[in-house]
Amino acid sequence: MSLRAANRYDAIIVGAGHNGLVNACYLARAGLKVLVLERNPFVGGAAVSRSLYEGFTYSNCSYVCSLLRTEIIRELELPQYGLQIIPYEGGCTMMRDGGHLAVYDNHDAMRREIARHSRRDAEAYDRYVRDMLRHCRFIKPLLLREPPDPTSFRPRDIHELMFLGKHFHGLGEARMYDTLRFWTMSCADMLEEYFESEIVRGHMAGSSIIGTALGPRSAGSAYVLLHHYMGSIDGAVGAWGFARGGMGAITQALAASLRASGGEIRLSAPVHQVLVRGNRATGVVLQDGEEIHAPVVVSNLDVKRTFLHTVAPEHLPPEFLDQVRRFKIRGSSGKLNIALDGLPSFPAIPAGSPSIRGDLHITDTIDMLERGYDDWKEGRWSRAPYVDMLIPTQIDPTMAPDGKHYMSVFVQYCPYELADGPWTDEKRKAFGKTVIDAIGAHSPDFRDLILHAEIRTPWDIENEVGLTEGNIFQGELTFDQLLFNRPVPGYAQYRAPVRGMYMSGSSTHPGGGVMGAPGANSAAAILRDLGRKP
Amino acid sequence: MSQESPHFRQPLLRTPFHERARALSQIDRFIPWAGYTTVDVFSSAEQEYFSVRNASSLFDLTPMVKYRITGADALRFLNRLMTRDIGKLRPGRVAYTVWCDDAGMMIDDGTVFCTGENEYLVCTAERQLDWFAASAIGFDVRISEITEEIAALAVQGPTSYALLKGIGLAGIERLKPFEHGNFTMPGTDGAITLMVSRTGFTGDLGYELWMEPADATAVWDALMRRGSSRGVRPIGSQALNMVRIEAGFILPNMDFVSAAHTLRIGTERSPLELGLAWLVDFKKGHFTGRRALLAEQQRGPLRQLVGLDIEGTKPAHNALLYTERSGRREAGSVTSATWSPTCKRNLALAMVDAPYIATGSLLWAEIYLNRELVWERRMVRARVVERPFFAPARRRATPPAEF
Ligand SMILES: Cc1cc2nc3c(=O)[nH]c(=O)nc-3n(C[C@H](O)[C@H](O)[C@H](O)COP(=O)(O)OP(=O)(O)OC[C@H]3O[C@@H](n4cnc5c(N)ncnc54)[C@H](O)[C@@H]3O)c2cc1C
Repeated sequence: MSLRAANRYDAIIVGAGHNGLVNACYLARAGLKVLVLERNPFVGGAAVSRSLYEGFTYSNCSYVCSLLRTEIIRELELPQYGLQIIPYEGGCTMMRDGGHLAVYDNHDAMRREIARHSRRDAEAYDRYVRDMLRHCRFIKPLLLREPPDPTSFRPRDIHELMFLGKHFHGLGEARMYDTLRFWTMSCADMLEEYFESEIVRGHMAGSSIIGTALGPRSAGSAYVLLHHYMGSIDGAVGAWGFARGGMGAITQALAASLRASGGEIRLSAPVHQVLVRGNRATGVVLQDGEEIHAPVVVSNLDVKRTFLHTVAPEHLPPEFLDQVRRFKIRGSSGKLNIALDGLPSFPAIPAGSPSIRGDLHITDTIDMLERGYDDWKEGRWSRAPYVDMLIPTQIDPTMAPDGKHYMSVFVQYCPYELADGPWTDEKRKAFGKTVIDAIGAHSPDFRDLILHAEIRTPWDIENEVGLTEGNIFQGELTFDQLLFNRPVPGYAQYRAPVRGMYMSGSSTHPGGGVMGAPGANSAAAILRDLGRKP
Repeated sequence: MSQESPHFRQPLLRTPFHERARALSQIDRFIPWAGYTTVDVFSSAEQEYFSVRNASSLFDLTPMVKYRITGADALRFLNRLMTRDIGKLRPGRVAYTVWCDDAGMMIDDGTVFCTGENEYLVCTAERQLDWFAASAIGFDVRISEITEEIAALAVQGPTSYALLKGIGLAGIERLKPFEHGNFTMPGTDGAITLMVSRTGFTGDLGYELWMEPADATAVWDALMRRGSSRGVRPIGSQALNMVRIEAGFILPNMDFVSAAHTLRIGTERSPLELGLAWLVDFKKGHFTGRRALLAEQQRGPLRQLVGLDIEGTKPAHNALLYTERSGRREAGSVTSATWSPTCKRNLALAMVDAPYIATGSLLWAEIYLNRELVWERRMVRARVVERPFFAPARRRATPPAEF
């Protein structure tokens, strides 16, 4: 084979995040010769497992799985390549006064748990779950579909718009109102329609701010909560689980599936620019100058990184560039990965309660969350941060030596840019100390058990994963940036303004999280354009 | 009864009768019911069934959710909430009623006891605090859940009156159907006071006893002792399910799903569809769901719960119903089914599309027969018949007969 032929592909995917890999898998399975180019020496993007301390494996970025579409797991045969998702039970918010609110799978245990705080809330919880499930039922069919362009008159768009319209109309009048309200309201307002107790509201509100630069009182935060609810494991909607071996197991399985269908992956191969000739993408040029050619170029990077950094501006319409520039993609989350010498004790959690095996929190009111957000707005990390903290090694035996534990601590809020100048080593340490002290206030032996801690600010996440500003969703999940407005109006169908170029990252519909839907939908769009059967 | 295990280890509560029930349970078949662990079958559902139709049965009703409703607006509140006219309910009377959401769809059914002016007790199958509290806005009313404060036992069957008289409940002979009153019986340390209502879920002569949890075992023991020579026995949910189908009563999550829980559109059911039009009083003034129900009544329901008499002896659990034997056109589905040992009929309740609800209509039920793990599919005749399937005159007689 000549060198030229070796450097020619049917499609090049820039970025081996899970969406890039999903996209590549579908294209390879349809018979295309595909190449995935990844900047890092490992695949996975924000879905990785890495070992930074002897004997321990960290889920460095994402840490729990629910959103990954079952259709994708099946079609790409990921279980055959080692993927296993184990649902976990429980969760708990520890309160400042020593109390707690736990989450239990068993309906009666859950009712009695909430009833300790409010008998009415215990029953309202059923209504809350019902309404969340109703919203999920509405959204689910939209996830693996290309959003229609409401301004186009192409038969496919009209057909899809009609699907959307019918789907919406099928809700009936009362639920139509509810759905519209829900997509735009604040999480605090929404929760107040159900619950009277501060701790119940505070606990539920957590998922509305994870990864977003919104506060619980900001309009649009209710949807973020739903975004965390719409996944499922084995049909259990809203359930979250661990990928055995960490989140990297997902991308490792994808990479193996891709290789099995003939796809290639090149690591440590950062793309410098997309090659464009006459408004057509023709390939890419790597940072070391090597050119690789393909009539289809797919970007797994977020929309800003794609169009502001890897495509020369002369190939792009100025209004488009302007919208990309204004795309909201603010960093607000940090992450600590901690190796522990043993299981820390949490006096607030009753002995024997399975809730310790779930997600643990220390923010007990909506006000406290909102105060944390105020700090972020002023350019500093929350002095009393919200944490989403899990110890997966209580369930997953592969991530730490027996008797020792890995703790994943997701932290909200942490700014990308600090008011007092750029991030430094000292500031990163101080941020880590704030988080560790906050957890330590609920666990007397926690600090002494720490063997190693990886501390990541949004700035670090941007540098290591390439997520602009460290925004975990590749762009805010607000209504102005969802559905046919994601990433920007007029370009929600995975196609870039340059012909032959596509977007497949979480910046596109239906958004972020380890879901795989953007990768699958973009692959379907590409195959349609090529006149191929998926 | 010790309840020390925390709720995350033992989510289900035990009723005050639990120890007695466990001692008599032969086969350890307990099931969760409304947050309690309760007996599904003590020894054999058939044997337990016959204690209801032949002698006396004890059924632990404690898990029924109970609310006390008081306050100056208690009646106004209930009348807006319920489909029946609660204003007609005098102290000492009980009414079976349903309540709906604004769309006229069933939330739940239950019984309302009038215990005094603007004082009521409401018994429901599922928890209602969220709905009741939302419905109470603007009313001067207090709603308190008292499920755990009252132990309840159903005593049902042709000898139930004799049994209650036998344990010393003086004056019980005067209690008419749908009446309740306070009665006393001798206990080991002084008299025990009970509220007794002549109500039940069996369609037979029977009573429900409401008492302090502390008195529960004494009452149970007295009943078991007095009734031992006349076939009294405790029964589980399975036997109760057989008799309630014979009596034509509906159960939530079997014959309908509460509109408070449905996720899908079109799966909620109205009282008209459930054949409960007699409980809907359009003349009493406004109540929740009235407008929608009135419209439905004018339009006629799209489907209705009917009784079926099915060919053969195999209960038609979950069977799909068709208009013809070929199975080309669906006409509905069975919601509850049982073989009736008393009527010697194969009975079912079914939700059937409007064209086929008239008594006498012939439908076909698709059932699966397990022939030693070789499964066969059968199409059998299912005739729409009147409900209740079984309604003995003894249930109404006052004073009741001894057996
Ligand atoms: C700290 C954190 C915690 C999270 N927690 C969860 C969670 O628990 N559950 C969940 O579902 N989601 C979580 N998320 C969100 C989720 O991980 C992301 O939304 C998702 O992984 C993004 O996937 P992607 O494939 O769209 O993009 P990415 O994962 O960002 O992939 C982009 C890839 O492109 C590569 N790349 C960048 N530039 C170049 C270049 N020039 N040339 C070649 N390659 C390049 C990157 O290295 C990367 O591999 C979390 C995210 C973060 C950051």
